[in-house]
Amino acid sequence: MTDRLTQLLATRDWLLADGATGTTLFNMGLQSGDSPELWNDQHPDRIAALYQGAVDAGSDIFLTNTFGGNASRLKLHDAEKRVGELNRIAAEIGRNVADKSGRDLVVAGSMGPTGEIMEPMGTLTFASAVEMFHEQAEGLKEGGVDVLWAETISAPDEYRAAAEGARLANMPWCGTMSFDTSGRTMMGVTSADMAKLIEKLDYKPIGYGANCGVGSSDLLRTVLGFSAQGPEQVIIAKGNAGIPKYVDGHIHYDGTPELMGEYAVMARDCGARIIGGCCGTTPKHLESMRAALENTPIGPRPTLEQISTTLGGFSSTSDGTDGNAPKARERSGRRRRT
Amino acid sequence: MADEEDIILSELEDEELTLQMHDDLYDGLKEEIEEAVNILLARGWTPYDVLTKALVAGMTIVGIDFRDGILFVPEVLLAANAMKGGMGILKPLLAETGAAPVGKMVIGTVKGDIHDIGKNLVAMMMEGAGFEVTDLGINNSVEKYLDALENEKADILGMSALLTTTMPYMKVVIDTLTEKNIRNDFIVLVGGAPLNEEFSKAIGADAYCRDAAVAVETAKEFMARKHNQAAPQ
Repeated sequence: MTDRLTQLLATRDWLLADGATGTTLFNMGLQSGDSPELWNDQHPDRIAALYQGAVDAGSDIFLTNTFGGNASRLKLHDAEKRVGELNRIAAEIGRNVADKSGRDLVVAGSMGPTGEIMEPMGTLTFASAVEMFHEQAEGLKEGGVDVLWAETISAPDEYRAAAEGARLANMPWCGTMSFDTSGRTMMGVTSADMAKLIEKLDYKPIGYGANCGVGSSDLLRTVLGFSAQGPEQVIIAKGNAGIPKYVDGHIHYDGTPELMGEYAVMARDCGARIIGGCCGTTPKHLESMRAALENTPIGPRPTLEQISTTLGGFSSTSDGTDGNAPKARERSGRRRRT
Repeated sequence: MADEEDIILSELEDEELTLQMHDDLYDGLKEEIEEAVNILLARGWTPYDVLTKALVAGMTIVGIDFRDGILFVPEVLLAANAMKGGMGILKPLLAETGAAPVGKMVIGTVKGDIHDIGKNLVAMMMEGAGFEVTDLGINNSVEKYLDALENEKADILGMSALLTTTMPYMKVVIDTLTEKNIRNDFIVLVGGAPLNEEFSKAIGADAYCRDAAVAVETAKEFMARKHNQAAPQ
């Protein structure tokens, strides 16, 4: 049986994903430092409202409130024994919202990073990372998600571990990385590196792409990098609603709904078929994105210049794929890491 | 591009050995760094010279290339780990000779925030640059920062936040320092993904540090200024 996301992609040119989870929950009263995942159990009504906000704004895909729902993250709240339960509940609430909508919606089970650094630089072994993702995946599956959705990953090994966790749970999956350092992930992965990483995976995702990062211009440069590789997979673009600004003691994201509408259209022109927001993206932004995608014909692939003119400048001159990245240090040719 | 020819560290002249150590730090080779530190000490180098001329100088190169987007977190972590190996040998010797550290820093992620990768990186790079670092970990209240600053007689306070909802807590800490009239006793550096220069100014920090390399450079600069001010009249 084909999964729901693949089915939907077969009938539609593009799909609108959802926006921010954290931003929305904080507006509902979540205190910083508290685990959003505990709310799945404590405040299911608010989690339903979070999902409903995205659905009513026109999202075709929404992510469950389980970003920090792995054992390593939940341990910080002494809830590492509740991985299965908290993920299952989040998925059940999502399933219910989707089924009641009368529309064809995809419930995607969010799986964020473990927050630990993998061997040999750090202490997390590949096997235990797989175990954590698998445990979370089983909970999400039991709760009825249509697809697993790894996001904000920065290390290739952690991405591979998420793939393995999805395979063990026998679930279709998508996975995005966060490109926030000179156009690369924190661990130095470029868009082209990620495309190659996907090619080599045994258990491939339905879609891959970029989420979060630093502003929508950078994110679209990354998307252009993916589409240049001509991937078989669908490309996903989930950028932040601009950049956080500190105004009168509060944090605002400076991306307006209109600007996010332009971003969505450009993301599609860059080659993305699943388009959504990330931090700072409210239902208002999503409505504007939906309207812009529906009312604008698909255009030619934008140039970097067009992107920066419309959405703002890039955080770095090169993203490491154009041959203009800073050159490696001239070395004496002596011993070096292999 | 590994060289087939084996390098015998003990056969290298001092100058060449120091340069090799810079390369080995860059490549994150812990055992080689430890071996070289012992060789220099056996040759009569002071622990302080080994620290500054071999290790700190090598980590400075790592820091520059990290800042410039040539090296990324994995390489820096390996380099810092190699540095730590060398420091393990030097630390007790430095304590014996009574050499003062470059400066003392208290660092931690602010209350409500449990993210620590960036903060750990800064702590490691600061140690790599010869600073003595007290790492308070995650989720720190103003009281914890203040106690540590006092107990450690620190020069620098480093605060980190990854969330837009936790970054305003930095202002709470700085305001408390001001209230207690001790704000000017410390250099306050802030960092974290959602921060920027503007925010740092708005809350009254001394500087915003974009990444770990900038944090080290900024800390050194402020320490130099502090030492100049403290010069005998």
